[in-house]
Amino acid sequence: MSVPDEVAVPAPECSPASGLRLWQAAVLALLAGVAWWAVYANLAPAARWLTYGALHLPKGAHLSSALEFFLFEVPKVLMLLVVVVFGVGIVRTFFTPERTRAILAGKRESVGNVLAAMLGIVTPFCSCSAVPLFLGFVQSGVPLGVTFSFLIAAPMINEIALVLLFGLFGLKVAAIYVVTGLSVAILAGWTIGRLRMEQHLEPWVLELRGGGEATLDEDRLDWGARVQAGLTAVREIVGKVWIYVVLGIAVGAGIHGYVPTNALAGLMGKQAWWSVPLAVVLGVPMYSNAAGIVPVVQALLGKGAALGTSLAFMMAVIGLSLPETIILRKVLRPRLIAVFVGVVATGITMVGYLFNALF
Amino acid sequence: MDIQILGTGCAKCKTLYANAEAAVKELGLDATLTKVEDLREIIKLGVMTTPALAVNGKVKVAGKVATVADIKKLLA
Repeated sequence: MSVPDEVAVPAPECSPASGLRLWQAAVLALLAGVAWWAVYANLAPAARWLTYGALHLPKGAHLSSALEFFLFEVPKVLMLLVVVVFGVGIVRTFFTPERTRAILAGKRESVGNVLAAMLGIVTPFCSCSAVPLFLGFVQSGVPLGVTFSFLIAAPMINEIALVLLFGLFGLKVAAIYVVTGLSVAILAGWTIGRLRMEQHLEPWVLELRGGGEATLDEDRLDWGARVQAGLTAVREIVGKVWIYVVLGIAVGAGIHGYVPTNALAGLMGKQAWWSVPLAVVLGVPMYSNAAGIVPVVQALLGKGAALGTSLAFMMAVIGLSLPETIILRKVLRPRLIAVFVGVVATGITMVGYLFNALF
Repeated sequence: MDIQILGTGCAKCKTLYANAEAAVKELGLDATLTKVEDLREIIKLGVMTTPALAVNGKVKVAGKVATVADIKKLLA
């Protein structure tokens, strides 16, 4: 009776109470997963029912075919996007740019190029950070070519591109995209390294080399914080790209419903040898995130465009962009920028020809 | 106390600056807030991802917009 309430000690972290919360969290996650799957699995019948049942549109008409495509693909891609962005958001809490730099700093060129390209996929990266990241890598002695492998892979192969490729093209094309994207990043970075372009960095960048690097206190995150990071990623990324997904699929749906099959065979098909370089030349200055361009390309593919040409176009649009090269101009001299764009564009063109020959 | 907000002037950097300002005010601290927008200065502090926040020359947050609550925890 004499014990005052204030003495009650707050439960320590590992108490049964927090165990119960973990258990509850697991059940919640499972329920959410089941509900997600139930909705996801029924999207196709729902889109069909809405188009032909609820709206009484005639089968086989341009409009109904376009609408059914749109009603099915938009929720499908958005649902996939939420799940993958959440997962990638959690994975990325394990790969900070600082840690990636520490891994790459001691590596020789060839091994470094491969590692850098792979780390480019999982390290959080936004093109607004491209310059500080570039400088940070150079400063701690990561070779120039290795740095480029990272800079090429990071925007080209990202979770948004993968979701859209998997959702709209299937596993095979998504896997091909990853493998070839990595190859382009590795080989282009390696080539730039071989060309010994260091003197084409802005002079003040070279002065940074070997300079001391301040270290950041490692974030020690618990799982709660990692899940939180995943949710933040969903809010930020899906909140930003959903409109491009909708617009991209709308254009794709239009092409899907209205452009006759094989209309593009002559223009973007295999027979037209010039279509691959043309696709790359058109794609490089264009800038769109994957969310906007992939649905359009998917629709083009259905109308007779060749796979290699389509892949090359997508890689050029997503991987190389005018805004990014303008940002990089702060640290690279024009000649190095030209080499960077030229080498990557050549790599992409080769990918295009390779897949046109194989499929 | 010397608080620096590092970033080349993107929207996120402005948000971080505002959050830091609010945190200082709520805690009633005697701190000077400065923006560091020069890339060279940012790199010298070892930051690769902006926006970042440094307290007395030591980087505390990099690559994300810390909330007012987060910053208050850092400064307290």
